[in-house]
Amino acid sequence: MISKTKGTRIAKIANEIPPSGIRKFFDLASTMDNIISLGVGEPDFVTPWSVREACISSLERGYTAYTANAGLLELRVEIAKYMKKQFELEYDPKNEIIVTVGASEALDIALRAIVNPGDEVIVVEPTFVSYAPLVSLAGGKPVSVGTTVDTNFRLMPEQLQKAITSKTKAIMLSFPNNPTGSTMTEAELKAIAKIVEEHDLLVLSDEIYAEMTYDHKHASIAKIEGMKDRTIVISGFSKAFAMTGWRLGFVTAPSDITNAMLKIHQYTMMCASTMAQHAAIEALQNGMEDVRKMIQSYKQRRNYFVKSFEEIGLSCHVPGGAFYAFPSIKNTGLTSQQFAEQLLLTERVAVVPGDVFGSGGEGHIRCSYATSIDNLKEAVVRIDRFIKKL
Amino acid sequence: MDSKKIEILRLIEEQARISIEALAKMVDLSAEETSNIIKELEDQKVILGYSSVIDWSKVTDTETVTAMIDVKVTPKRGVGFDDVAQRIYRFPEVRALYLMSGAYDLSVVIEGKTMNEVARFVSQKLSTLDSVLSTTTHFQLKKYKHDGVVFSDGEEDQRIVITP
Repeated sequence: MISKTKGTRIAKIANEIPPSGIRKFFDLASTMDNIISLGVGEPDFVTPWSVREACISSLERGYTAYTANAGLLELRVEIAKYMKKQFELEYDPKNEIIVTVGASEALDIALRAIVNPGDEVIVVEPTFVSYAPLVSLAGGKPVSVGTTVDTNFRLMPEQLQKAITSKTKAIMLSFPNNPTGSTMTEAELKAIAKIVEEHDLLVLSDEIYAEMTYDHKHASIAKIEGMKDRTIVISGFSKAFAMTGWRLGFVTAPSDITNAMLKIHQYTMMCASTMAQHAAIEALQNGMEDVRKMIQSYKQRRNYFVKSFEEIGLSCHVPGGAFYAFPSIKNTGLTSQQFAEQLLLTERVAVVPGDVFGSGGEGHIRCSYATSIDNLKEAVVRIDRFIKKL
Repeated sequence: MDSKKIEILRLIEEQARISIEALAKMVDLSAEETSNIIKELEDQKVILGYSSVIDWSKVTDTETVTAMIDVKVTPKRGVGFDDVAQRIYRFPEVRALYLMSGAYDLSVVIEGKTMNEVARFVSQKLSTLDSVLSTTTHFQLKKYKHDGVVFSDGEEDQRIVITP
């Protein structure tokens, strides 16, 4: 008899999905002292005090029970207002918005709501590490499309065209992008939208970094004519409001999709954390000035960082958004893994090797500039020394 | 004023010792342009000085006392409060002086070596001015935050070293 608990007790799919490439690197870095970390994918600000205070106050008032599955209606109303004001997108808080446990959960339940076994989902890479594994977990087949530095890591229409087959169901986009910092303009997204419509695809647009654009205002693909009905917009509070640890995201989509997502959400999560939701209401009502200040600070640090890279001769496209620079290290002759590991061991600077973010990432390193100017300055000195010794 | 100038002012207000090179990169100007702007702002007396925030309570033998004094005065025809204000701020003991709305007119911040020294200043110099009608003196007991700077040890970076 075949044992169900020995050897084969782990499900095939769980065996097959690769562990996050970041994990290995984290294990190495976390054993070392005095490192300057450019490896952190979250804001260096603490959540604004008024938001933290709103959470404390909600606890004092005893708001500790479940909320509606889709989240507090008051919060969904605020999210609807926010999406309209910031991105000119209109959603009905009653049936087109779900509050999720981070954008990560939103990605998961969105994929599970739309993917049938064998469906192909185009994943535009380099990108956040979870996309392809989540497609696999949903029973689909991730199809990677790698953007390159030649096009500033923007998705080109012909690349998308080439990757589409009769099985393609959806594409996953993320601009402003982690790890490249790239953004796409409305005109560029229009060309993508045209192909999406022609092939009757859905779009999962992860816009978690939407507030963090420095050269032009963020354009959502959902705003382009005809796209709202086929786009799932995913966002959250983590980056813009410096609320990563609160685990609070949201998704806006046509109601047939949110209805399907809500079923999965109610069986797996029930609802997002109640106190985090109360804090998020405060964030949306009174936190935009804090957001503006943080964005200004990221922009200054981006400028500082990219110029400093220029000075030491490290080739880096200007990242228009998020808080990452993604310089090329190709001319060192090292792979991005080798570069990152040796840099960490010899100069104690932690960066993330670009290959972990998928196709197109090899030959680059992700450097987060969500850290102090003093740290950035010292990191650049050390990277310079490291490259000169090679 | 153009936005680059405002941006520079905000940055140096926060951190006066930032280098011109770093500042220039942050605001996306050349070092030369940046120092010219700062020079211009200094000449125009927009930038009046550069100071640091020091926690003197951590330095032995330098203890001082600070008092905030609410002062009621009679404004003078023609010069309003400016004349009496000038007479008050010229005393070196006066660290700050503001004209206030509300129950009193001038708020005077005094720093002295001892409580007696402050008391002497109030009774002998401030109260004796012609226009001064009354004073109410409040001594500071502890400094928690000054000029936007918190005096206790700050929140440490709680983030783990590498996150996706």
